[in-house]
Amino acid sequence: MKESIKIELRDLVKRFPMGTKEFTALKGLSFSVMGGEFAGLVGPSGSGKSTLLNIVGSLDSPSEGSALVLGRDIGRLSHAEAARLRNHHIGFIFQTYNLLPVYTAYENVEFPLLLLRMGSAERKKAVMEALEWVGLAEKVKSRPAQMSGGECQRVAIARAIVKHPELVLADEPTANLDADNSHHILKTMVKINRELGTTFLFATHDEKVIGYLRRIIRLSDGLLHSDNLVEPINGED
Amino acid sequence: MLGFKLALRNLVGAGLRTWLNVLVLSLSYVVIIYVNGMLHGWDIQAKVDMKNWEIGEGQYWCSGYDPLDPFTLQESHCAFPQEFMPMIQSGEVVPVLVSLASFYPEGRIQSIQLKGIPAGQDLIRIPTASLAGGEGEAIKAVVGRRMAKSNQLKVGDLVTARWRDRNGTFDATDVEIAAIFSCDVPSVDMGQIWIDLDQMQRMLGMPGEATLLIRGDKAPPDLTTAGWVEKDLKILLAEVDELIKTKSFASTVMAMILLALALLAVFDTQVLSIFRRQREIGTQIALGMTRWQVVRLFTLEGAMHAVLAAIVAALYGIPLLAMQARSGIPMPQSTDTMGFAIAEKIFPVYSSGLIVVTIIFILIAATVVSYLPARKISRLNPTEAIKGKIQ
Repeated sequence: MKESIKIELRDLVKRFPMGTKEFTALKGLSFSVMGGEFAGLVGPSGSGKSTLLNIVGSLDSPSEGSALVLGRDIGRLSHAEAARLRNHHIGFIFQTYNLLPVYTAYENVEFPLLLLRMGSAERKKAVMEALEWVGLAEKVKSRPAQMSGGECQRVAIARAIVKHPELVLADEPTANLDADNSHHILKTMVKINRELGTTFLFATHDEKVIGYLRRIIRLSDGLLHSDNLVEPINGED
Repeated sequence: MLGFKLALRNLVGAGLRTWLNVLVLSLSYVVIIYVNGMLHGWDIQAKVDMKNWEIGEGQYWCSGYDPLDPFTLQESHCAFPQEFMPMIQSGEVVPVLVSLASFYPEGRIQSIQLKGIPAGQDLIRIPTASLAGGEGEAIKAVVGRRMAKSNQLKVGDLVTARWRDRNGTFDATDVEIAAIFSCDVPSVDMGQIWIDLDQMQRMLGMPGEATLLIRGDKAPPDLTTAGWVEKDLKILLAEVDELIKTKSFASTVMAMILLALALLAVFDTQVLSIFRRQREIGTQIALGMTRWQVVRLFTLEGAMHAVLAAIVAALYGIPLLAMQARSGIPMPQSTDTMGFAIAEKIFPVYSSGLIVVTIIFILIAATVVSYLPARKISRLNPTEAIKGKIQ
């Protein structure tokens, strides 16, 4: 089956004001990401990975060029339309997990579904399924402070996938994890990608993550350095 | 509903921080309701007592009479108006004759007001039945508890009283204390001796005359007659109204200070929350909330402090205030000297209007102080907020 284009960037430029001058973080990027890809933006700090991920996630908008994400032109979306896009179609995984601290694991995973106004029974089923996916069904009542970093990140993954988004954006998801936990969550993400067909786009410079990617988009100083399909070094167990 | 659910979840999750704010805010509810209830109860009690003991349903004053100016008393006596006679005879209107006199308890001189009132009246609660039968050597008199206490009088005591009749001639006689009454209206008690009206008219040489007429509820209020000026309840209770207004203002200031402190706590919590929870705010936006939804959520969180505070206030406030309404609030003895009606105990009256207005007022105030800092969220950059960078 031919997969549709999920992300299409054309001459994407992003500039930030810096005092009286401007800093150009992205200098005319163009590439596409197809549905079902397990791709990563790879590069050193300051290469523009996170900036690009924020634009793709409709948290920021381009200064020039266009970013079509799931058919929507990010630069033309209103705040409400961008929020709707994120709510319905995009899952986020952050370096620092970003779980809501006063919520339990269950409530954190449930949060995006509450915003979608999903019914109670359907919601419960989806949350438990997502937590089972990441192997944390027994931790439903634990709060972030009561869980390890690896467990927190698995809850964050469950939160990202619970609504079955078309696209999951993961910004340095293993940066705060040890090797074992990193491999654990990466394998989980590979499994989700394969079994649910969810498109993953990472921003990373962690070799452990790179070892799982099937496409590596290297950025350097805001420019596309290389874009290669690769055979993952690591795979699903 | 979603906003309420999330706000409640956030508040409950915040634990002690929430409950401390809620507790302080709940005190505002209870204190505002308590203070206003007490003042309302005092207002009602003072007015009822004044009507029962002094002013009836209104009065007519002999023109020129001014109870605050003793110099008017000598001349302020008018003949009973003819059109009032049937009501005076039936007891629906009670005439009172007032005159200055001197009184010599245990040899000490004291200026007093001598008040004559029909012995058989039952319009006001002065125990005038004790005045009947004073045809012997001494005139029978009743005095109030405060008057008796300050002059060390007891029932059966004989005290000399001296007065001037209408011609300016001094005369004196012994007065026998026939009864001592206890009431909460100092203006019928302090420095006053009540004797039988007929007796006093004879003493002063003023038959068929009075200084004021007290009207009962059966007597029409709009009778007009030459030489007499009608004083309705609004005028006669004006001092009580003024006093309650003054007290109410002072108490309102106190309650507002307490409320301001509570709202400051809510405001501070909100400001701190918005700084401390920037990563959470960024995450909520990333998960699909609009900025204004987050503003609404934080505002609702602040407002729900007031809702939770109302529930907490109800939990401990209802039993506490109900107990006070039953047992009353003891007033200090020194209030006897304040010159207005204060019972030994004031029974607070809590109206549903007072409770509803207090709840709405605090709810609106808490919402406003929550919204003000929450507006900052709408200007936050979500990509920075996600990283927890303070903006």
